[in-house]
Amino acid sequence: MEDYLVLRVIAKLMIAFMLLFALYVQFHGDFGPGGGFQAGVIAAAAIAFYAIIYGLPAARAVVPDRVVESMIALGVLIFSGVGFLGLLLGGNYLDYFVLGHDPVHGQHRGIFWVEAGVFVTVAGVMLKVFYLFASRVREEG
Amino acid sequence: MEGVIIATLMAMMAGVTIAIVRQRNLFAVVILSGIYSFLMATVLVALDAVDVAMTEAAVGAGISMVLFLSALYLSKGEEEKPQHTPLLPLAAALVTGGALVYGTLDLPAFSDPGAPIHQHVAPRYIQDGPRETGVPNIVTAVLASYRGYDTLGETTVVFTAGVGVIALLRRLRRPVSR
Repeated sequence: MEDYLVLRVIAKLMIAFMLLFALYVQFHGDFGPGGGFQAGVIAAAAIAFYAIIYGLPAARAVVPDRVVESMIALGVLIFSGVGFLGLLLGGNYLDYFVLGHDPVHGQHRGIFWVEAGVFVTVAGVMLKVFYLFASRVREEG
Repeated sequence: MEGVIIATLMAMMAGVTIAIVRQRNLFAVVILSGIYSFLMATVLVALDAVDVAMTEAAVGAGISMVLFLSALYLSKGEEEKPQHTPLLPLAAALVTGGALVYGTLDLPAFSDPGAPIHQHVAPRYIQDGPRETGVPNIVTAVLASYRGYDTLGETTVVFTAGVGVIALLRRLRRPVSR
């Protein structure tokens, strides 16, 4: 696909908006539809799109395998870390009320970080699965 | 009006399903399954389940199609003719489908406000959710706060699935000692 000029230009235009839309879905999830899972999938789809047009090595240069694999574990760590933070601040596991001075503020903080954890893990897993499939070479015969 | 739209979309989905079954070219099957996912997402929008619709469009039509296409690249593009007659699978599908339809007969009517699922904790979420969490989108409030444990479990499932795929498909680069 690397020789198609139209595809390359259009892809470059669209990927920025896809990533921006992923961020919008992530941070606007409190007010409108969306959240960490959807945003993670959209972000992974943007990188996969980049890989389809510009080739897998180019995408791997932008988001290396090491980063993707760390993201898979990091998201779950963020999520469970929010839970332990609640314990340390004197609440129950995954209790967000204690995370801020005022309970509603604490809820906001808790939901924000939990959604961030979901985003990181989902984006990492989707991208890693894509990398693994796309990096396989067809075995003739 | 909404019923007509949903019925039309459902009929189109049935048509796409029949086309998928009859089609032997796997590339066409992948594209048709993407169309199916987009139709499903539109049905979910019509049902006011925008969060689920977004997930269906992104996962079903986006990522799955890319994964199918990359899997297709590794295999032949045409489906082999089945060696056995499709009567037994057809019978199994009919019996299972019949059992499922029979099971739905006992369910409460669609969007019945008196259904048990709308009587348990849902009223509390709707009444107190925005005040307690300060989040206007009740779906997010339920998902991330009230049902935080479930979402942690789901994230762990995604994590486990990713690790499983890595364990299956990753090729270790061992130095060739021959």
